[in-house]
Amino acid sequence: MADLLLAERVRKEFGGLIAVNDVDFIIPERSIVSLIGPNGAGKTTFFNMLTGVYTPTSGRIVFRGVDVTGKPPHAVTELGVGRTFQNIRLFQHMTALENVLVGMHARLKGGIFRSIIGTPGLRREERQASERARDLLRFCGLRGRTDALARNLAYGDQRRLEVARALATEPVLVLLDEPTAGMNPQETAEFTGFVGRLREDRGLTILMIEHDMKVVMGISDRVTVLDYGEKIAEGAPDVVQRDERVVEAYLGRAATA
Amino acid sequence: MSTEPEPEPERRSRVDDVTRRLRRQSLTGWPLATAIALLAVLYPTYIMSLQELETVGKYFPSLGDSVIVVVFTMMAVGLNVVVGYAGLLDLGYVAFYAAGAYTAAWFASQQFEQVTFHFGAVGIQPDVTGIHLSIWLILIIAGVFTTLVGILIGFPTLRLRGDYLAIVTLGFGEIIPQFVRNADNLHGFDLTHGTFGISPIDAPGFGETLSDSLGLPASYQASFDRDRLFYWTALFLLGVTVFACVRLRDSRLGRAWIAIREDETAAAAMGVPLMRTKTWAYAIGAFFGGVAGAFYASVKSGAFPADFFFNVSIFLLCMVILGGIGSVWGVILGGVILGWLNVAGLATIGTDLGIEDVPKYQFGIYGVIIVAVMLLRPTGLIPERRHQRELEEAVSDLPLYDAEHDASLGRGGEDRIRRG
Repeated sequence: MADLLLAERVRKEFGGLIAVNDVDFIIPERSIVSLIGPNGAGKTTFFNMLTGVYTPTSGRIVFRGVDVTGKPPHAVTELGVGRTFQNIRLFQHMTALENVLVGMHARLKGGIFRSIIGTPGLRREERQASERARDLLRFCGLRGRTDALARNLAYGDQRRLEVARALATEPVLVLLDEPTAGMNPQETAEFTGFVGRLREDRGLTILMIEHDMKVVMGISDRVTVLDYGEKIAEGAPDVVQRDERVVEAYLGRAATA
Repeated sequence: MSTEPEPEPERRSRVDDVTRRLRRQSLTGWPLATAIALLAVLYPTYIMSLQELETVGKYFPSLGDSVIVVVFTMMAVGLNVVVGYAGLLDLGYVAFYAAGAYTAAWFASQQFEQVTFHFGAVGIQPDVTGIHLSIWLILIIAGVFTTLVGILIGFPTLRLRGDYLAIVTLGFGEIIPQFVRNADNLHGFDLTHGTFGISPIDAPGFGETLSDSLGLPASYQASFDRDRLFYWTALFLLGVTVFACVRLRDSRLGRAWIAIREDETAAAAMGVPLMRTKTWAYAIGAFFGGVAGAFYASVKSGAFPADFFFNVSIFLLCMVILGGIGSVWGVILGGVILGWLNVAGLATIGTDLGIEDVPKYQFGIYGVIIVAVMLLRPTGLIPERRHQRELEEAVSDLPLYDAEHDASLGRGGEDRIRRG
């Protein structure tokens, strides 16, 4: 499998704090990769560098053969990286449908003059876009919620809408930041199946930050562990699970005499 | 996350019902808007009988005053694109008003005596010095010119967020009026005629040919119906502005603006280019400000630096806030109310109360109005649709699995649930 994303010695410093310390990282095409680590390990910072929110202090990020280091977020999204947020960041006063339509921004053409005049071509584009948006909402289990304001959706539905909106950007790689946070075990199990379907049905590659070990061990092809900004382990789930340094990072050092 | 193996008919949910009710409302909304527009267009025909009414008659503004109200409303609707849609607090909108007014002054007066160039101008002798273009053409030039000014100002400033942006726009709102006040000697070149301003400025008109063939007025200035013509033209410009702003609001660009207003970081992550999208909001706001400024300069037959103080920016912002930030119809209402108070209302009320000084305290009065609105109706007189919905729509808190469950129940099932 070819590598979809390649990060070389990526580093991020905030003042004197090294949030991510020279991490090498690859995501093979059509794989599900999990990024785990204790709180404050630099997982979200790393995510934010991949999506262009932060520019790395040093290092290089290559996505589908294009150097995306320091590119603005919208440009990275346009190249095919979709993402969700750890603390749900929907457009609160927009409907579920509108949220998804915003996700399609880069894939639609409608310019200023055509929008004001309302040309037939533009109307067709808008109609097709909202058709596709409805399909996506249905795919993510939000049937019947199309016209609800995002802020009025139940918590689980808000999480689903975040995924639908990320899919609307027509990504190749989807980054999920703690997608099962706040879900009950049944919802989590359902979601795990859903992530699997994203790869099987839609051919997507997935990178997720996840704390639920059942989810991580259940569906990941590879797991990368960060601790204090450094990569301490990487590999197949069962290998990582037994890694001494990982156990140490999570549980502390065993009291050896 | 469930999959739907086959498309089923959309289940009627509470949310869908709310949507349907709102659609009905917007259907009744259009006839209402048309009726109000019609009343506004016909205002010159019944204004006389209104003004003859006892006690209330004097509160109806003259046509001349109405033109000013309409022009300011048009600027408020333009400002609403920047402040309401995109959520960018612009405290320097007066800069665009000034840029538009001076564009009209440059291209339709005797300011540049060195040249004599006429193109489509009406009501002036062909040997009059200066540049004299058709006002219709100038409105377009002014729009394009202020759009460019907007892009130039926007590009460095729109990187800033929130309060910082407001402060910098405030600065630009001061720089441009100061510039026109002092640009009467740029290395010996008189660009703006300093504090005296530029006057007279040509009036619009359609020229003899169109007048003879289509019956359009040859020149507004020479016409007996001068006020009516200016009034209808102003209404037409407002109509175009409203149409364009409503269409833009519901477009791809409009969605991107609102997304930026809601959450800038999330919008960028969804592929919305922040700088470009914000600059467009700024530029489109500037366009309408410029056109309104150019038209108003032609109505007043002059561009004077004293008209472009900071208080105009605040006045326009008050219209937007009073009416409802982001709501086009609200902003029109806010514009009409404050515009009327400004040109005639306060003076008339003052006379009624026997207090001559009422207009002197106008900004104090607007301040009280804004405070009252913020306390009693924070989303404005006619709130933006989405804020209205927030209040009407109940929070959908159906448990995830029930939703699935009652979808599989038929109509009878739903009835059973309701009875139970």
